[in-house]
Amino acid sequence: MKPDLFEAPDYYNLDDLLTEEHKLIRDAARAWVKRDVSPIIEDAAQKAEFPKSIIPGLAEIGAFGPYIPVKYGGAGLDQISYGLIMQEIERGDSGVRSTASVQSSLVMYPIWKYGNEAQRQKYLPKLATGEWMGSFGLTEPDFGSNPAGMVTNFKDKGDHYLLNGAKLWISNSPFCDVAVVWAKDESGRIHGLVVERGMEGFTTPETHNKWSLRASATGELLFQDVKVPKENLLPNKSGLGAPLGCLDSARFGIAWGAIGAAMDCYDTALRYAKERIQFGKPIAAFQLQQKKLAEMITEITKAQLLAFRLGQLKNEDRATSAQISMAKRNNVDMAIKIAREARQMLGGMGITGEYSIMRHMMNLESVITYEGTHDIHLLITGLDITGHNAFK
Amino acid sequence: MKILVCISHVPDTTSKINFTEGDTKFDTNGVQFVINPNDEFGLTRAMWFKEKQGATVHVANVGGPETEPTLRKALAIGADEAIRINTVATDGYSVAKQLANVAKEGGYDLVIGGRESIDYNGGMVPGMIAQLTGANFINTCIGLEVEGNNATAVREMDGGKETLKTTLPLVIGGQKGLVEESDLRIPNMRGIMQARSKPLHVKEAVDISNETASIQFEKPAPKGAVKLVDNVEDLVNLLHNEAKAI
Repeated sequence: MKPDLFEAPDYYNLDDLLTEEHKLIRDAARAWVKRDVSPIIEDAAQKAEFPKSIIPGLAEIGAFGPYIPVKYGGAGLDQISYGLIMQEIERGDSGVRSTASVQSSLVMYPIWKYGNEAQRQKYLPKLATGEWMGSFGLTEPDFGSNPAGMVTNFKDKGDHYLLNGAKLWISNSPFCDVAVVWAKDESGRIHGLVVERGMEGFTTPETHNKWSLRASATGELLFQDVKVPKENLLPNKSGLGAPLGCLDSARFGIAWGAIGAAMDCYDTALRYAKERIQFGKPIAAFQLQQKKLAEMITEITKAQLLAFRLGQLKNEDRATSAQISMAKRNNVDMAIKIAREARQMLGGMGITGEYSIMRHMMNLESVITYEGTHDIHLLITGLDITGHNAFK
Repeated sequence: MKILVCISHVPDTTSKINFTEGDTKFDTNGVQFVINPNDEFGLTRAMWFKEKQGATVHVANVGGPETEPTLRKALAIGADEAIRINTVATDGYSVAKQLANVAKEGGYDLVIGGRESIDYNGGMVPGMIAQLTGANFINTCIGLEVEGNNATAVREMDGGKETLKTTLPLVIGGQKGLVEESDLRIPNMRGIMQARSKPLHVKEAVDISNETASIQFEKPAPKGAVKLVDNVEDLVNLLHNEAKAI
C-alpha cells in the first residue's frame, strides 16, 4: 500500500471551533492511525483478519470509553472528543472504528448507564484498557430493523437466569470476553445481561466471506441453556429504550466516523487528480473531475458542521434520537457517495489495494446498514416531523 | 538531573508557506504548527533520562499564547512543567537571551535545544545559550549519555562522527540520532489528561531587543515543467546543448 500522505480538509476552518485539548486528542489519534493502522490495514482487510495487535494502541489513544468517567478507567472527555477520535479511526478503517464504537458505546455505555456500581467496577476498567473486549447482542436472524420482536429470552431459575437464543451480525463476537446481550424475561420485557466467555452453552462462531469490514471480526452469539448469574443483569434500565440508548451513542460516533472515511477518499482523489496526467494535463484541470472534488468538499464541510452541532447538543444532553438519526444517515450516505466518486477518479488504480478508497467504499456498505439502516433512519425523521409512524 | 528542553513552535512540514506585508512577515493563516522536529528528538531523549535516571524535565518556548498548544503537547508527551516566555520570537539572539535567563534561574544541568528550527533555520540559539550561561556546548549532537556530572556525546561531522566527553552544565544542539524517528512519542490519553494539571508558567521577557531584523523573504523559484526524454541520446544532447550541464 502507498505511504499514508493524508492531509485533513478543513474548508470552513472548523478547527477554530475546537478547544486546544480537542485538537491535541484528535491529532494524537490521527498520528497513531498514520503510524500504526495505515501500514497494516490493507493487508488485514485482504486477509479478512482483525488486527488484534492494535488493541493496546486503541486503548492508549482513548478510543475505549473516552466519555466514561475517569474513576471507571475512561477519560472523562466530552462528546466532541469522542466524535473526533471516531473520525480519525474511521479515516483509517471503518472496521477498526466499529471495534472501538462497540467497545465504547455498546458495551461500556450500558454497563455505565444501566449497570450497578459493582458491575461498573468489575467491567469498565478492563474494557477501557482493552484487556477485555466486548460485543453487543441485539440483532437476531429474524429481527433486524424490528428488534422488539426478538426471541432471545431468559428464565428465572432461582439462583440464576437461563438464557436461550441467537444473535447475528455481531462485531467483535469471535474474540469478545464479554457480551452485553438483550433478551426478554418471562413477561416479555427486554433486559440487558452481561454474558462472559467461558459460560457453558455460550459460543461465538465467526461470519466468513464478508465483502465489507473485512478487517473487523463479525460473528454470532449463540446461547443454549446458558446459566447467567443474577448479578450479571443490568438493573437500572429495561425495555427497548435501553438498547436504543446505546445505539444513540454509537450512531453519534458513526456520524463522525463516516466523515473520516470521506475525508480519506477525498484527500486521496484530490492528490491523485493533481498528479495524474491525461491529455497533457493533470486530470484535476478537467471540469468533470473538478465537479466531483468540489462537491465532495462541500458535502464533507456540511457533514462536519452537522456533526459539530450535534456534538454541542450531546454535550448539553439535548440531542434527540431523531437528530442523531439524521446525522448518521446523512453522513454515512455522504461518505459512501464520495467513496464511489473518488473510486471513479482513480480509474483502475481505485480498484486495487494500493489505495484505501475501495476498502472504504465496501466498508461503508455495512456502515450504511448497521445501527439502523439508511431507510429506517429516514422513517425516524419522518415520524419525528409528521407524528405518523410509517415503520409498520 | 534537571533538564530544560527548548521547544520551538514551527509550521508543519506540509504547510504551504506564504509571506505578507511585502514579503516581510510569515503568513500564519491556515498553517498547522508542531514541535520543531529537532527539538522533538531532544524532548524524547529527555523522556528517556526522566524514565531511566529520574531526571526532571521542563520545556520552554519563546512566543505568544498561540504557542501554548505546542507546550501542552510536550507536557502530554511527559514533560513535568512548561514555561512560556511571553514575547514574539524575533532573531536568534533575542530568543537565546530569554532562554538563557530561564536556564540560569532554573539551575538546569542540561539544556537541550534543536540544532536549528525548521522554520527560519537560524541554528544559533543553543550556542548562544551556552555562551550566555557559561555552560559547555556540543552542536549537531546525535548521541548523549550522562553519568553523574559527566556527559559523553556524539556529534555529527562531515562524513563521520566525533565522540566527546564533557561535564555539566551542558547545552546541546540536538537532532535526529539522539533518538530515532520510530522512538518519537504520540501523546497518549493518560498523558493528555495529566497535562491538564501540569504547570504552564508564563514569564515576561527580560530584554526584547534584537540584533538583526528580517527585511524580506523570498521563496525558491517554482519548479519548471518536466520534459520527458525517451532515449539516452536525446538526453545527452539536451544536457550538452540546452542545459549545458555536460
